[in-house]
Amino acid sequence: MSAEKQLYTVSVYTENNIGLLNRISAIFQRRHINIESLNTSPSEIESVSRFTIVINMTEDNVKKIIGQIEKQVEVIKAYYHTEDEIIYQESCIFKMRSTLLFDERQIQNIIKESNARIVTVNREFFVIEKSGRKEEIELLHRELTVFGIMQFTRSGRIAVSKEEMKISTMLEAFQA
Amino acid sequence: MDTKTIKKETNTTQTTERISGSEAVIRCLLAEGVDILYGYPGGAIMPVYDELYKYQDKIHHVLTRHEQGATHSAQGYARISGKVGVAIATSGPGATNLITGIADAQIDSTPMVCITGQVASHLLGSDAFQETDIVGISTPVTKWNCQVTKASQIPEAMAKAFYIARSGRPGPVLVDITKDAQFEEFDFKYEKCKGVRSYIPIPKLDQTLVEAAAKLINAAKKPMIVWGQGVILGEAEAEFKAVVEKAGIPSAWTILGAGAIPTTHPLNIGMVGMHGNYAPNVLTNDCDVLIAIGMRFDDRVTGSLSTYAKQAKVIHFDIDPAEIDKNVKTDVAVLGDSKESLAALLPLLEEKTYPEWHQKFKDLYAIEYEKVIKHDLHPTKEGLTMAEVLKEINIQTKGDAAIVTDVGQHQMIACRYANFNKTRSNITSGGLGTMGFGLPAAIGAKMAAPDREVISISGDGGYQMTIQELGTIFQQKTGVKIVVLNNEFLGMVRQWQELFFDRRYASTEMTNPDFVAIAKGYFIEAQKVTKREELKDAVAKMINTDGPYFLEVCVEKEGKVFPMIPTGASVSEVRLE
Repeated sequence: MSAEKQLYTVSVYTENNIGLLNRISAIFQRRHINIESLNTSPSEIESVSRFTIVINMTEDNVKKIIGQIEKQVEVIKAYYHTEDEIIYQESCIFKMRSTLLFDERQIQNIIKESNARIVTVNREFFVIEKSGRKEEIELLHRELTVFGIMQFTRSGRIAVSKEEMKISTMLEAFQA
Repeated sequence: MDTKTIKKETNTTQTTERISGSEAVIRCLLAEGVDILYGYPGGAIMPVYDELYKYQDKIHHVLTRHEQGATHSAQGYARISGKVGVAIATSGPGATNLITGIADAQIDSTPMVCITGQVASHLLGSDAFQETDIVGISTPVTKWNCQVTKASQIPEAMAKAFYIARSGRPGPVLVDITKDAQFEEFDFKYEKCKGVRSYIPIPKLDQTLVEAAAKLINAAKKPMIVWGQGVILGEAEAEFKAVVEKAGIPSAWTILGAGAIPTTHPLNIGMVGMHGNYAPNVLTNDCDVLIAIGMRFDDRVTGSLSTYAKQAKVIHFDIDPAEIDKNVKTDVAVLGDSKESLAALLPLLEEKTYPEWHQKFKDLYAIEYEKVIKHDLHPTKEGLTMAEVLKEINIQTKGDAAIVTDVGQHQMIACRYANFNKTRSNITSGGLGTMGFGLPAAIGAKMAAPDREVISISGDGGYQMTIQELGTIFQQKTGVKIVVLNNEFLGMVRQWQELFFDRRYASTEMTNPDFVAIAKGYFIEAQKVTKREELKDAVAKMINTDGPYFLEVCVEKEGKVFPMIPTGASVSEVRLE
């Protein structure tokens, strides 16, 4: 088991109930573990929510965390994955001055080459959206920073595992 | 670990009846078999109290003098009976006063349901009078909690609360009910909860792992068992005794496991941990197979993990998957209910004895006896010891009493020296170490087991933390016997100060009131003992008194509890002096 810290993506399937975010985040908080990113959303199963949590820690500790998460009454199942074991996306939005679109030809090239898209343009500003891996978003951020970014925000990670997670079979029982 | 599977809910249905939310609360309690609850009224829970007035012939409400007392009483009730204890309080300060007891119940796996009133739902989040986010506050210390804002949600919430509190690894739950939900009328029907789909209380037993455990045990040359409260919570005392006797393995207990097999059983080798017995602590680092049953390798048990039982193969029987490999790496982990696991293990075990291995425990016991026990139980110097008080109680109760302790030196002495003939006889705050636990917990214990002798043993520090519960004892006429071992110090802290802080007794010396006068102020018979020759008669008078009794015993001021494993030291580095 790896004793070195690395990024793990934790997927937690839960009942869609009030208060669970508090319970799950408290598990990290009391151990002084910083959550790098957190996303909650509906899962593939109706009334079942999915938390996607990114943390940087040792495998030994992530296993213990999984145990504590699964111990919560309303948690159905929790998994952890290394970076190699998942396909993930993050999303980000940049708000920039509209004048840049006309004055800085390079901006258009950056947007094109990074596979970002312009969501909206008006007289004062335009908005770029980009989905991709962490490094791609960081690169785009670096490239646009030199022109001045009015506003920037990025989402938490969403991920699916490369291998099938046994949750699918378990969740079928919910539907029965 | 793939331990969770889906379980479908199966419920029975009943006919409906239109009643208020507050009446529904009482009906739910009755449906769950609750006939006693501990609490304190207030604005946001008044509708429920009004209904309690109506139902007082069916359900007995005990007015404690503080909400913390209500939770500890509910805990004492639960610990001695195995049933769910119930505490009830109003919103805001009433609810927050429950927190210490809830946290204590959580760490000691005590089944408890707490019901709190809450401000009306339209006031939630407005900093209304006596509003606190009790669901948020109690989240880290409850097994489950929820807030109810509509009367129609009450039956399901209550049913889930009782099911979750008592099933699997038990624990405290909290149901917070807004005042408008208490007033609202709805069509009531109650369905007992039989399962929650995301929650599997008892992992399925894996027979191959039981076989692997048996194989390791049968091959061992120097096996040792450490058992905890899991044996008692699983009602597995008979199965456990059969395992111990058939396998002939020396068996030691954690503080909450005490009494699962009697103290005097020949294979019971004593307590492990910081103030545990010398032999089981030292030989933990000598055994070749360590079998942990229903215990969680608490740091007070293991000392330094880097040196704990490193030479041994470790087998861990537990109901909670999160406990496996949490502190100590196991070679074989058997998940499941202790009763079922031990029953499955028994036929696979070979009948054995380990005479040479046993002799090692006896030799070390002889050292402990010479250096510690003899001086504790048969002191020759002036000044009463705590242990001789316990010895006298043992003699006069024949080891049949339930001992409810507070936290500190007296607690360790009581656990070390009390004879526990029966299971569920050692009621103490283990994991949280809550001073003030003893007196109110004894009230609940005595009410749950009125035919048993229930003796509350406290130090002068912890006793004063919940001394107001003497009022509850007086009002309820609870026949609990109260012993305060008074050394005019916060004894355990003082001991640490002596040993590790160069005798700088910072804020540990106590100037105490006249405890006897206070007890008498509550119309409780009371006596103070200062001399050894008075002790026997005083204990006899206490035991023979019908009803509550208070006994203060002035003990040596600077007595110490040994053996002791200093924090962070190895279990084999036990100090005897």
